[in-house]
Amino acid sequence: MRVDALSGTRLLYNLRFRAILYQVLAVGSIVVLGLYLFSNVSQKLAEQNIATGFAYLSREAGFVISQTLIDYKPTDTYGRAILAGIVNTIWVSAWSVVIATILGLIVGIARLSRNPLLAFLAFLYVEALRNVPLLLYLFLWYALIVTGLPAVREAWEVLPHVFLSNSGLTVPSLLWTSAHTIILVALVLGGALAVALRRRATAERIRTGGERTIWPLIALVLLTPPILAILIMQPDFTISVPEKGRFRLTGGAQLTPEFTALLVGLALSASAGIAEIVRSGILSVRKGQWEAARALGLRDGSTMRLVVLPQALRVIIPPLTSSYLSLFKNSSLAIAIGYPDLVMVSNTTMNQTGQAIEGIAIFMLVYLGLSITISIFMNWYNSRVALKER
Amino acid sequence: MTTATEIAEAQLKMPLQRGPNVERRLLQRTFKPLFGTPVNAAVTLVCLWVLWLGVKGAYGWLVTRAVTEGGAQACKVGQGACWPFYEAKLRFMIFGVYPYDEHWRVLLAMTLFLGAIGITMVPRFWNRKLLVLWGITIAATAVLIGGGIFGLRYVPTTQWSGLPLSFLLSAVGLALGFPLGVLLALARSSKLPAIRVIAIVFIEVIRGVPLISILFMASVMLPLFMPSGVTVDKLLRAQIAIIIFAAAYIAEAVRGGLQAIPRGQHEASSAMGLHYWQSMRLVVLPQALKIAIPPLVNISIGFFQDTTLVTIIGLLDFLSTVRTAMQDPAWVGIAVMEGYVFAAAVFLFFSYGMGAYSRFLERRMRLGHD
Repeated sequence: MRVDALSGTRLLYNLRFRAILYQVLAVGSIVVLGLYLFSNVSQKLAEQNIATGFAYLSREAGFVISQTLIDYKPTDTYGRAILAGIVNTIWVSAWSVVIATILGLIVGIARLSRNPLLAFLAFLYVEALRNVPLLLYLFLWYALIVTGLPAVREAWEVLPHVFLSNSGLTVPSLLWTSAHTIILVALVLGGALAVALRRRATAERIRTGGERTIWPLIALVLLTPPILAILIMQPDFTISVPEKGRFRLTGGAQLTPEFTALLVGLALSASAGIAEIVRSGILSVRKGQWEAARALGLRDGSTMRLVVLPQALRVIIPPLTSSYLSLFKNSSLAIAIGYPDLVMVSNTTMNQTGQAIEGIAIFMLVYLGLSITISIFMNWYNSRVALKER
Repeated sequence: MTTATEIAEAQLKMPLQRGPNVERRLLQRTFKPLFGTPVNAAVTLVCLWVLWLGVKGAYGWLVTRAVTEGGAQACKVGQGACWPFYEAKLRFMIFGVYPYDEHWRVLLAMTLFLGAIGITMVPRFWNRKLLVLWGITIAATAVLIGGGIFGLRYVPTTQWSGLPLSFLLSAVGLALGFPLGVLLALARSSKLPAIRVIAIVFIEVIRGVPLISILFMASVMLPLFMPSGVTVDKLLRAQIAIIIFAAAYIAEAVRGGLQAIPRGQHEASSAMGLHYWQSMRLVVLPQALKIAIPPLVNISIGFFQDTTLVTIIGLLDFLSTVRTAMQDPAWVGIAVMEGYVFAAAVFLFFSYGMGAYSRFLERRMRLGHD
């Protein structure tokens, strides 16, 4: 009798019942909130007479995108415009990642230099870039390029055949054809074969203990496909080099001020972060490791490659991933200086069609998808270099 | 009896003898890292050259070539820093479009606020009284800036701008994002699968998209989600976006701290009869949050800089007021460097200060006394 009266309260004290109750409450409140918001949205959209759905993607866009990698003209569809924006975002992020990694590596090592002056300069570089917002730098670089640099006629030659002027950066370029793409694919194929071969050789070495010279074989496997491809396709390898004419630059590829400012801004600010990551990675390998490797009779190069780098990479990879990811996300600041990236194209689309929800949904999904792809790849790489503990 | 220790002690007490070698060694110690090898010497010379160029350029721009008097026309001709621009525009750059006669209110509020932050930064004051201090500071700041009572003129949020707005957005974002972030971190490490999944999805989605997209969402989409007739202030919308964004990042920092707490701590507190919230509040979180302090300070630095993004959705934050000042018809195209250098110096000052503080905290924690 008493037990029955208490059973209701008992149930409340049952841990399993509680766990289910909490979860049902959490999911339930989210569903209710979602339904409430959805009903608000549909009512608002009906009131304001805004169309819904993604049908607009196949309508004609009708706006100009100042620079695209893929063919795009105003008569193309909104979908194609957004695709052009996505390609632009990836293009600028990819180049920035490359430049930022190289710069970051150099500055990170310079930070650890025994030469105090060099270490100090590297310190100044890092702090000046880390403590000022990226957006400010983007505005500054853009303003400096447009107002501070000389006109094309008096362009600066910053590197041989690389010109900087108020209409951006002019660099030597290769006229890319499908033949080049095939050669690139062949090179990747050769690389994959070489990696597979090396793995087998390593496994065999571990099994038998015998050392064999395998690099000629690897070189052969690596280089045969691209060389064959070159021989078959006979592509045009002339590089178009910009030359300074009387009034303008001829040849080469012209990078707009917007692209240049964004590239410089993203690469510099990310390089400061990467420098700090590289520095802490190298510092994390104890001196004893160097000494032990030397005591085992390894040469300096082998010590770095076999002992220090694998351990430093373990510390470097996870934060490096997040700095690549934040570079990629920061490329969305392009809209502030007018580089037509995904966000800017979506923004124009939203203004023209009024379909804000779809527009934002598309670019958030694209960013999310690419972020997840990058982090899955880097996690895979990380799990390969991570400490294998038994 | 002379033991080895006594000898050692006697040696310690002896005045350091400056032998003939001392000067030479000192010279060597400074000389060798700079000019020890030919490569090093070359590096040093290049560095000296770079430093010289930098110092010469900065000094020339700031001092010798600077235009100290005259108006915009004098600056247009001159090659250096334009001090008249600062004279004319400094107050606008800092306070923005806040009513000119009421600037003292914002200044007072900012002083209070920075003072409270200064006190908070001293580890000795970390106790419950801080909460009271912050309660008073927030109330006073809100009254001073917003007005409407105590005879203070009411100032609408559309006129809140400049540096105070940047401080406000980042401080409120972090202050409200913090409890939300802690809850999210607890949810993410919860044993209940549904709650964990909700937290993971929320955190990863927010961290996977750029801040600008969340700001867009808040400024364009949020009004659509509200019931008809309800409008949300533009500043409040941006603030909500920043709070949500901050919460996701704070959650990850706190989760890092939670993971560092050994299971034994959880088990011991349940063995003592504490239920989940008690054991979190009294045992686990105090330790986890302490570990999470350095990453949290780094997040704060990042957020202070990230508030500049509200420029893009049209709020007048500090960077925005500086740019507005530069685009004043009288000054347009003249004070480009001046404006950006000033803004950069302000950001550098606060961010570097916070960074130095975070390094101090990390050192203090490594030493392990609290």
